[in-house]
Amino acid sequence: MADDPKPDAPEASKPGSEAAATPPGEAAAPPPPAPPKPAPKPAAAAPKPPPPPAVMQTAPWESELTASLKEEFGDAITEFSSYLGQNFLVARPGAAIPILQSLKDNHGFDYLVDITAVHWPKRDEQFDLIYVVYSFARNERIRIKVKLKEGDRPETAVDVHLTADWLEREVFDMFGIEFEGHPNMKRILMPDEWQGHPLRKEVSILGMDNNWVQQNLGIESGQ
Amino acid sequence: MSGTFLDSTELVLNMGPQHPSTHGVLRVIVKLDGEKVTGTECVIGYLHRGVEKIGENRTYAMFAPYVDRMDYVAAVSNGLGYCLAVEKLLNVEAPPRAQVVRVILTELNRIASHLLWLGTHALDIGAITPLFYCMREREATLNIFEKYCGARLTTHAFRIGGLQYETYEGFEQECLAFCDMFLPKCDEYEELLTGNRIWVQRLRNVGVLNAEDCKAYGVTGPLLRAAGVKWDLRKAQPYSGYDKYDFEIPTCENGDSFDRYIIRMREMRQSVRIIRQAVADIPAGPIMAKVPKVIKPPVGEVYVSIEAPKGELGYYIVSDGSTQPYRVRVRPPSFVNLQSLDKMARGSLVADLVAVIGTIDIVLGEVDR
Repeated sequence: MADDPKPDAPEASKPGSEAAATPPGEAAAPPPPAPPKPAPKPAAAAPKPPPPPAVMQTAPWESELTASLKEEFGDAITEFSSYLGQNFLVARPGAAIPILQSLKDNHGFDYLVDITAVHWPKRDEQFDLIYVVYSFARNERIRIKVKLKEGDRPETAVDVHLTADWLEREVFDMFGIEFEGHPNMKRILMPDEWQGHPLRKEVSILGMDNNWVQQNLGIESGQ
Repeated sequence: MSGTFLDSTELVLNMGPQHPSTHGVLRVIVKLDGEKVTGTECVIGYLHRGVEKIGENRTYAMFAPYVDRMDYVAAVSNGLGYCLAVEKLLNVEAPPRAQVVRVILTELNRIASHLLWLGTHALDIGAITPLFYCMREREATLNIFEKYCGARLTTHAFRIGGLQYETYEGFEQECLAFCDMFLPKCDEYEELLTGNRIWVQRLRNVGVLNAEDCKAYGVTGPLLRAAGVKWDLRKAQPYSGYDKYDFEIPTCENGDSFDRYIIRMREMRQSVRIIRQAVADIPAGPIMAKVPKVIKPPVGEVYVSIEAPKGELGYYIVSDGSTQPYRVRVRPPSFVNLQSLDKMARGSLVADLVAVIGTIDIVLGEVDR
């Protein structure tokens, strides 16, 4: 939002200053300054409706790596993008693990930094599952994003990166996304008997699992 | 029940949640064959406060003090990581003066964090004296924090876009005085411990994690460097102007507990080196970048990470264009590093398990968030 008015502002001021510069050369005419003034106003007002672009202003990401991945995975990868200099790709659900494996084996991305998720309840595909991988050799970090529907069971990444064990357990605990083939798919931070998954958007920060709190802590509520 | 009481059988033992060596509420279920550990499982979450959920319900500025309460012994690093992430999202950069002051405070905090580790770890191993020495020197860094921002532990020293406070009168001199005082103290600790036979025997070849395992488990920080991987985010992907300073990344080869001790000792000396260079050249100028009063980053997402005392601390923030983050994910180094405990402890003795837990340098506030 903040970026959009800026490019317009200099444009709007330019016609104004040119218009102001020409009239004094011809004669001392006080009325001319008046007409240019309203001119920039509609110019400034006109671009205002477009500003609500509620999407991430990404740039395309192209490199040797993307070319190689494109060749290997074809349309399983739907998007290569870059935002603020950080590169990420969007993959179809089933493709995440093969991509992680290929990145590890062929491109040196041997360190799985993080797995996390974001809940978008209004979308058809409610969850973004995000893998952050890093390559020591290339000193490069990229993200892999997978869109999941409610009830989807993505394959576990434990076979590729051991560190995925706890990270996936946390995603399950917080979002309720179960990973297929995970050796120990149970809660990690919340108590085992806890109902619900706290980081889902429909779960309020106020009344979480009051039953659990009352039974186990002997207090009225967690608040 | 045939056989005699001499037949060894497997025993499952709960260590913690309250145990002096766990430095917080960590429960380790240990499977024992005699005194040999045949398997462990960590039960965590006792300190879970839902920090990430809180982040979604607070504005960007309001959430900043919360991050201090994750790794509370390295609160300044937590704050720096969060501020850098939001600044990246806003596409602003803190002014040079603010960056240098940030580096000074963060390095002081690294020393404080390592000192607390050294003291308590030595205590776990049975060396009681270093704890008091370490606490004494740590106090000096806390005093600088207190004078600077009023708080000693959960400092909230930085603001999104720079610093809240100008440095106080005599800040530079006090930092330099600390550096002068601290290096001889480092030698003192080393005299007490490095050549100490008991210390060496308790730590050598205990909890070995080689470079390959480190990468597989996503282990970073001193553990990774002890295994011989020369990787530090301050060098690999410099932030806050770390590329301007001349310092080394210490590495060892064995990846055992003793090497981790050596790494942390050397890191403290390197931190002193950085502080000296930074204090010598604090540029004049503003301490805040132009950040709007109401922080409303454009729609987007970033992952920004820094080298915290315990490893890679990352923040993944998703903005939906409103005043509150849509999602804040914290990638905690302690959480990820703790996962390798099972690998390190398998086959060792129970007494070594204590050393291994200590050597990872976990803070449960950060593991559980």
